[in-house]
Amino acid sequence: MKYVDEFRDAGIISGVAREIARTAKPSRLYRIMEVCGGHTHSIYRHGLRDVLPANIELVHGPGCPVCVLPTGRVDDGLAIAARENVILTCFGDMMRVPGTKGTPLELKARGADIRMVYSPLDALRIAASNPEKHVCFFAIGFETTAPSTALTILRAQELGVNNFSVFCNHVTIVPAMRAILDSPDMRIDGFVGPGHVSSITGCRPYEFIARDYGKPVVVSGFEPLDILESILLILRQLDAGEARVENQYKRIVPWEGNPPALMALARVFELRPYFEWRGLGFISQSALSIKPDFAGFDAEKLFNVPGVRVTDPRGAQCGEVLKGVLKPPQCKLFGTECNPEHPVGALMVSSEGACAAYYRYAMHASAVEA
Amino acid sequence: MTVLQPVRKTPHFADTQIEMAHGAGGIASRRLVEGLIGSYLSNPILQTFADAATISVNGSNVATTADGFVVKPLRFPGGSIGELAVNGTLNDLAVSAAKPIALMATLILEAGLPTSTLESEVEAMAIAARKAGVCIVGGDTKVVEHGKADGMYVSTFGIGLVDGRVRIDAASIQPGDRILLSGPIGAHGITILLARGELDLQADLVSDTRPVWPFVSALMDRCASGVRWMRDPTRGGVATSLNELVRGTAYGVALYEDCVPMHDAVRGACELLGLDPLHIANEGQFLAVVAAEHADAALAAVRGVAGGEEAILIGEVRAEPKQRVIGINGYGGTRVIDMLVGDPLPRIC
Repeated sequence: MKYVDEFRDAGIISGVAREIARTAKPSRLYRIMEVCGGHTHSIYRHGLRDVLPANIELVHGPGCPVCVLPTGRVDDGLAIAARENVILTCFGDMMRVPGTKGTPLELKARGADIRMVYSPLDALRIAASNPEKHVCFFAIGFETTAPSTALTILRAQELGVNNFSVFCNHVTIVPAMRAILDSPDMRIDGFVGPGHVSSITGCRPYEFIARDYGKPVVVSGFEPLDILESILLILRQLDAGEARVENQYKRIVPWEGNPPALMALARVFELRPYFEWRGLGFISQSALSIKPDFAGFDAEKLFNVPGVRVTDPRGAQCGEVLKGVLKPPQCKLFGTECNPEHPVGALMVSSEGACAAYYRYAMHASAVEA
Repeated sequence: MTVLQPVRKTPHFADTQIEMAHGAGGIASRRLVEGLIGSYLSNPILQTFADAATISVNGSNVATTADGFVVKPLRFPGGSIGELAVNGTLNDLAVSAAKPIALMATLILEAGLPTSTLESEVEAMAIAARKAGVCIVGGDTKVVEHGKADGMYVSTFGIGLVDGRVRIDAASIQPGDRILLSGPIGAHGITILLARGELDLQADLVSDTRPVWPFVSALMDRCASGVRWMRDPTRGGVATSLNELVRGTAYGVALYEDCVPMHDAVRGACELLGLDPLHIANEGQFLAVVAAEHADAALAAVRGVAGGEEAILIGEVRAEPKQRVIGINGYGGTRVIDMLVGDPLPRIC
């Protein structure tokens, strides 16, 4: 399969792995954060830790949109679903994320009309074919998915749809990376930078990381070869005492990003003064809300959502895992109370969650290490 | 007068309601069947939780199996609910090494179902049964209110005679045994997913529904003594079947991931939707564990039957890691391949 097979070629991968082993100095430890949940998933899915030297430690980052959504926001979304004549639509990833009173799947089994969609435009289509109902789209995601939400709102306005709204939970990646860099327990040497987010934002937003914090950032694709090449590029920068933003994912990411998508974002959204992230707490200017011009499509304005802040479940250490301070199996609940079937925290739910990836693909490794 | 004692053991099923995941064939299904149903109906035959139950009648081993079909849509590229019901039931018998003798079918019909739809499904059942050389000897029909049964559901019962040359038993597997797969995986599950029309995806793909008895029969004729275990990897896919195999043994399975065959359309859809092809349902494939010294003969036997040309050895039984299925790729990367958790849901990015 084109654009897949080339990046999973065993011979080329082994070659890059050997080059990494040659470049990494045995005398030091390298801690490299893969920012995206997609990277984490791919690292485990393709067994990349098996080909890396032991002194390269990969640390999971905050780039999993489902994982960073606090329980209170899940509750707010489900409160909308509980209203009469409402169809709540969301991405598949959201269906198993636990709120205080259960997951969207559980509520659906109890009779709530919650439907999985693959695109917000599907939600708009559902609204068009159910004029007697109100259809709300539970929007989550970083800059990768935010443009499609923006375009859907613009389309809804153009079509004059009046039974459609968006419960907006879009967040932006840079403030989260800055929060991690400013965290007192930060020990990261370099970043495997966001791939799909950067296809929208471009690479410039990360320049402060190299300039102000002296850490290399390599914007990376998601195939095994992409990730290994990005690690190699980071090692070479560290070896040369450099800190730059590099673009490994040129086949998808233009350096300047995607201007039409950025314009759509600017038209529909504005920055919230602050937003709560699971585990990371409140981060200023880290999330998007719908501009007043589009208030008719803003579920938070249309419905009186509870807006209650819910503390993370006792014992769950999602925050530490999100910041890369703890590995998933070091959390007290990992694999016991919290497992993919009964997730306590969202990191265990999403296919991109560090805990789910670890549980699903690497339990044998933890058994060996323990 | 005999006072009947309650047969209830303590059920190990804490879920407060039934959800779609309980029917998806993965971990939740297992918990429901073993934890709740098995705790009330417990008996030595049920306790094997095999594809078919084998009972001894006058010295002959008879395999019996029951199956329910609730597929939506009723017709899909490559098949339909009627054909699926016949093949699915026959395949549960086949992987229990049982030559099918007869089938029964119950039709649960929804008021408002066009007669023409019912007629074509009954015809599909007749054709599939005739192809397999069995008769549908009885059944039942029920009609429920409009909107209650997705058009129609089919429930089946099958009976077959177990081939005495083979002993199918997960406990008999040994390190070094090979895992044989009859052909490309995932075609059925992805075909159904796309046929539902909920995703804006199209692919040139048809369900793999077919009877596997011809392959199983050839395999047993060639090397009956080398066949240790068989399973048709339907709901939950190859990953779930292999996990079910190893959990009752002291061994594990290593799967050579790059060897597992699948159509490009299956692979592409799985890549796009974030699904693992090893979790996707099949309706015309089977897995067999064969002794290492019989592996080549077993492969030749299956490949020698029309439609079995793509059969391949995809892995082996290993002493470690115990009770786990490990995937190994071309450059030596490893991962745990777990049972299906929940229903396969698309991811977003």
